[in-house]
Amino acid sequence: MTRYTRSFLILIALLVIGPHILYPIFLMKVLCFALFACAFNLLLGYGGLLSFGHAAYFGMASYVCAHAAKIWGWPPELCILLGTSAAALLGLIFGALAIRRQGIYFAMITLALAQMIYFFALQAGFTGGEDGIQSVPRGNLFGVINLANDLALYHVVALIFLGGFWMIFRIVHSPFGQVLKAIRDNESRAISLGYRASQYKLLVFVLSAALAGLAGATKVIVFQLASLTDVHWMMSGEVILIVLVGGMGTILGPVVGAFVIVAMENYLAPLGAWVTVIQGLVFVVCVLLFRQGIVGLFQRHPARLKKST
Amino acid sequence: MKLSAILLAGLFAGAFTTGARAEIDVKIGILNDRSGVYADLSGEGSVIAARMAVEDFKATDKGIRVNIVSADHQNKPDVGSSIARQWYDQEGVDAIFDVPTSSVALAVSQVTREKNKIFIDSGAGAADLTGKQCSPNTIHWTYDTWALANGTGGAMVKQGGDTWFFITADYAFGHALERDTTALVEKSGGKVLGSVKHPFPGSDFSSFLLQAQASGAKVIGLANAGGDTINTIKQAAEFGITQGGQKLAGLLIFITDIHALGLQVAQGLVLTEAFYWDLNDATRAWSKRFAERSDGKMPSMVHAGVYASVLHYLKAIEATNSKDASVVMAKMKEMPTDDPLFGKGQVRIDGRVTHDMYLFEVKKPEESKGDWDYYKLLATIPAAEAFRPLNEGGCPLVK
Amino acid sequence: MFTILGIPSQALFGQLLLGLINGSFYALLSLGLAIIFGLLNIINFAHGAQYMMGAFLTWMLLSYFGVGYWWALLLVPVLVGIFGLVLERLLISRLHHLDHLYGLLLTFGLALIIQGLFRIRYGVSGLPYGIPLTLAGGQNLGFMFLPNYRLWVILLSLSVCLATWLVEKTKLGAYLRAATENPTLVQAFGINVPRLITLTYGGGVGLAALAGVMAAPIYSVNPNMGADMIITVFAVVVIGGMGSIAGSIVTGFALGLIEGLTKLLYPEASSTVIFIIMAIVLLLKPAGLFGRRV
Repeated sequence: MTRYTRSFLILIALLVIGPHILYPIFLMKVLCFALFACAFNLLLGYGGLLSFGHAAYFGMASYVCAHAAKIWGWPPELCILLGTSAAALLGLIFGALAIRRQGIYFAMITLALAQMIYFFALQAGFTGGEDGIQSVPRGNLFGVINLANDLALYHVVALIFLGGFWMIFRIVHSPFGQVLKAIRDNESRAISLGYRASQYKLLVFVLSAALAGLAGATKVIVFQLASLTDVHWMMSGEVILIVLVGGMGTILGPVVGAFVIVAMENYLAPLGAWVTVIQGLVFVVCVLLFRQGIVGLFQRHPARLKKST
Repeated sequence: MKLSAILLAGLFAGAFTTGARAEIDVKIGILNDRSGVYADLSGEGSVIAARMAVEDFKATDKGIRVNIVSADHQNKPDVGSSIARQWYDQEGVDAIFDVPTSSVALAVSQVTREKNKIFIDSGAGAADLTGKQCSPNTIHWTYDTWALANGTGGAMVKQGGDTWFFITADYAFGHALERDTTALVEKSGGKVLGSVKHPFPGSDFSSFLLQAQASGAKVIGLANAGGDTINTIKQAAEFGITQGGQKLAGLLIFITDIHALGLQVAQGLVLTEAFYWDLNDATRAWSKRFAERSDGKMPSMVHAGVYASVLHYLKAIEATNSKDASVVMAKMKEMPTDDPLFGKGQVRIDGRVTHDMYLFEVKKPEESKGDWDYYKLLATIPAAEAFRPLNEGGCPLVK
Repeated sequence: MFTILGIPSQALFGQLLLGLINGSFYALLSLGLAIIFGLLNIINFAHGAQYMMGAFLTWMLLSYFGVGYWWALLLVPVLVGIFGLVLERLLISRLHHLDHLYGLLLTFGLALIIQGLFRIRYGVSGLPYGIPLTLAGGQNLGFMFLPNYRLWVILLSLSVCLATWLVEKTKLGAYLRAATENPTLVQAFGINVPRLITLTYGGGVGLAALAGVMAAPIYSVNPNMGADMIITVFAVVVIGGMGSIAGSIVTGFALGLIEGLTKLLYPEASSTVIFIIMAIVLLLKPAGLFGRRV
């Protein structure tokens, strides 16, 4: 486990130095997307389930959180909690439907269900339609810490990210995580060994949706805005891209991927429509030549890394 | 993180002119849609218009160095607000102009208020910008949905179009457009026979058009925007709606859309705009210069709005010799507006700029003398009546 | 005039007929998806983009070369089909030995590229394309005015669907089905399976392009026209199951009808109704209405 302790320490060190070098808002965006991608990776990399509709949980949580903060005036910690719970509930319903099919069908079903949420967000009153929910107050954490200060907020976001990240790490390395991997690699064998595969799949689906929701709710507090972008299918595509670039099935992959993709979008923003084309190219290149992702690339060769896993 | 926005202005000649006053460096950001539905309406044309304003004002001679940056907000409020935040936080932008798309405009208005800068909107329609969500840091220049509804709804009834049927996009924006227009139609003595809501975004409007046709209303109001409106008009032509004697009224449609549709399809459509290149000698002269710089494309009212608003902003800076947001804002509201494109007007306390609006009908192909000769003027709505009365918007700045 | 469920029959028949037109597009697109899936086992996410390419190519032929609708109807599916062949040969064929999800991701990336490029070149406002003169005007059916062009869309799409279904019954269809079940064995019989796969992909893409040509005069020709459509078509495919060609045709038309009916009864739900039906079908019959359990 020492390797992991060291990775954690490096990560924490980076998180501490980060805001002194880079624009804190940018870093917070990276962290939110990193958590989102970690949640997605839990499902894909360890559960073997490709969801093409994770924007639904991310977006639903952000709408619920924004609504609670702005209309009900709830404190941020409760808003985030509520958003996360809403995502978990949605994950439970959609997960129960989607796990009835596998592989490509699973991907199409999750996509179609997410599209339904998109239409819902477009039409329902409380989401504000095209405008989204704007000027969400950041509020005071536990009534004490004023989050209007970017640096204070940064540290809160970093803690939320670390919490989520640590939780995913624990899940993956628990007996539950081992069974999941067994199901991923050979479902019928796992079933014949007496594991109820669909229950495991549903549980990991709900966990993944909840953590995606945590990321979405946190993003709302940072950007003070919940919008249709959060529930659009491009968002589902983007989180897949992040995990693909970083390396699916690796613990750190999504974090690295989030940094790369968010930075890329930021730098390329002036190019407008070219961003979509470049994203598409990255997809194609990753799928054809680079399936192990950035982190996977490093894990392959050095034997010392393989031993401890 | 430095957003490598395209640096444009660069006014070098005579940058070191000596004068009694101190030199002021101003950085303005043109934030708009450069790749989506509103790219023709705003886009690069707005940057050209802003540059023309800086040149016509002879800013450099007056000791004001203006830098123009621009970026694409992709019509997404999240993208728009994070660019605005970054511009204010990191790149020293003093004022943001244009910003089409209501949702993005509202988001940018919030950020601007938080950072105490200046935001002058020209491209968006949201009447809320100077209503419930008004801000001491925001000015709304060219048009808003209330003014369009008022022009098209109110003026149409006076022209005899007194029964209406709405085809409405089923989301908040469409509902608001229908609600505002209905109120104005009824106030002018017209009657609304019914309405139908279509999914947004939609592609097939035929069934809704059939219901509109069956209603027998004299005017079919299109309470939708962008691609939806274009599709509805195309399909209306297919079903022969206008030939049947009913009139189509676009509640949010611009000259760039007419250009894309072609007169064959768009003929007979009635719409309201704040500016048309062929209004008078001054607009024709300016538009000709504009067209020379933009591959022959005539300016939209949004481009005209950017030109006029940049001009007014620079005048206020010159007058106060400061670029402090509160000082400049106070001056802009105190000083009447005056420019060749919109004529004389004023900036109200809620941030609304008032000027004349115009009701147009799209010409038949045989009436048009050539490219961009699209409109017949039906009515001029005087500045005093063209915009929502100050006390009806619910803006907290109005006491 | 009589009423059914409190709705005037006039409106009812009108909406049903219009639903049938939408259904034509669903059927053509899901048919193409099903054919490709049958042999390649991948879901072609670029299907919507290829449909969009069909519409754009129709527009380009007219504006740049003066080639009209009827020739476009013939040329465009072939041209876009060839584009599909090239894609399959160069890119997709490299993934045959991998998990099929990679195929989905690859075609998703391709869809982004194609859509992005068209967006850069032509913007998103949409380009006008007129209805061919021979099909202008319409029929007054008493209960509604039916434009001739829409009637043509229904007839053409029905005949294409029928033709495809017949092809499946021929020897070629037998090869295709056999190659799906056991490619190695079919290869051993002297049939070039990789070529069969490539041609199938080209054929499926050609169908999408054909739908695009048909759509050009009625829908706005814009780069996003396929993206929104394809997700709905995915739901159609899940509902029908991809087991049979006939299944996807029937489901496509049926869902078009249901959507048309919803527009009348409860328009607010007309964009979500297909997804709700999908959820119900998944609960009752997870393999889809016409599908085999996978």
